[in-house]
Amino acid sequence: MKCFFVLVRRDLSLALRQGSDAAMALMFFVIVVTLFPLAVGPEPGVLERISSGIVWVAALLAAMLSLDRMFQTDYDDGSLELMLLTPVPLEVLVLAKCLAHWLTTGLPMLLIAPLLGVFMNMQTEAFPVLLASMALGTPVLSLLGGVGAALVLGARRAGTLVALLVLPLTIPLLIFGVSAVEAAVTGQSAKAQLLILGAMLMACLPLAPWATAAALRQAAG
Amino acid sequence: MNWFHWLANPARFMRFAARLQPWIMALGLLTGAAGFYFALFASPADYQQGETVRIMYVHVPSAWMAMFIYVVMAAAAGSFLIWKHPLADVAAQAAAPVGAGFTLMALITGSLWGQPMWGTWWVWDARLTSVLILFFLYLGYIALVNAFDDPERGSKAGAILLLVGVVNIPIIKFSVDWWNTLHQPASVARMDGPSIDPSMLLPLLLMAAAFKLYFLYLLIVRMRGELMARRIRLLHLSDVS
Repeated sequence: MKCFFVLVRRDLSLALRQGSDAAMALMFFVIVVTLFPLAVGPEPGVLERISSGIVWVAALLAAMLSLDRMFQTDYDDGSLELMLLTPVPLEVLVLAKCLAHWLTTGLPMLLIAPLLGVFMNMQTEAFPVLLASMALGTPVLSLLGGVGAALVLGARRAGTLVALLVLPLTIPLLIFGVSAVEAAVTGQSAKAQLLILGAMLMACLPLAPWATAAALRQAAG
Repeated sequence: MNWFHWLANPARFMRFAARLQPWIMALGLLTGAAGFYFALFASPADYQQGETVRIMYVHVPSAWMAMFIYVVMAAAAGSFLIWKHPLADVAAQAAAPVGAGFTLMALITGSLWGQPMWGTWWVWDARLTSVLILFFLYLGYIALVNAFDDPERGSKAGAILLLVGVVNIPIIKFSVDWWNTLHQPASVARMDGPSIDPSMLLPLLLMAAAFKLYFLYLLIVRMRGELMARRIRLLHLSDVS
């Protein structure tokens, strides 16, 4: 357990000291969303209609951008091999890496999402549901992304490849995340969609680190 | 299990496959010809759908194959990772483009069938979307396997990806039961027996058998090709050194 927190703290301090890396994904998220009003025109009705989808898609793409630094630096400087040598189960360390990744990308995106909602004329009543759906969905992104990031270690054009591998797997997340917000906008209960998102998180929490650890062992060994 | 290990020797597999190949081809041509005859001439047109129902005899077997091949590949990936079966990885890689082809065919024929029946080429319902994801999974696997300079690394990463993607298979299978969609629910593999008329079931099953044999034939051709390519590569390497 101590190793878990040590690793989380290490990754967080690494991310904070070279802050530009973590900020880049967030900036990408904001820029992608601001492109849409310029591209489809600023009519409030249209923007309101597509707002939940845009915010979610932008969050998916921004998360993909941040994945390559999840294990790549550890792989390059050899700390990954040290992690493999520790007596702590690799799955626990992977979970710590995913948590650190979420704290540096998912959480900032979550915090800035309401502002983007305002940009896109989203109804204020839908904000709690948007936040709840992203709070449940972005950790799944970090967990699934971990699997992809571990699989492409050492591959050519790893950054593009990881998006190709992970994006199809995130489609269910997108569907239920967006439909939760849509339900809230139309005044219905979003409980069912949020419960499904929660179920996805609960399923990924034990299973994804397992697959990630297997992929890391293959990459290092 | 014994048989499984017996085949693990590539040279033995090559001899076995070479002997099996013509039989599979003959049987496949036979069932395929019979299936086409029953599907196109000897089966009735549907009372609602008319002649377009005949698309079913290509669409449904393709969709079955799309899922079947993925499960075969995942099983091969599992035995490659667990027992280091030397041929399992060759089989998974050989099956991938075939599976992607069948998935694409299921999507295209479904689209052609959907246009006259539903009035639209495509709907974003659970069944169609999950099959599209399956197609992307096939492509992702092929891309991942070929992305490494060390082929061994690519095989192992690809095998893990195949096992992760298995979650999609039950979603495809049960999507029509879990969600209310335009796509009709299961009508052949049901607890209370098929709900489809025997006159249509016969050509459907014949076509399914023909598709399966065609896959087996292609798999053997591609696996033999890959094994021979490896042998040639080894010969080249021994020439150089």
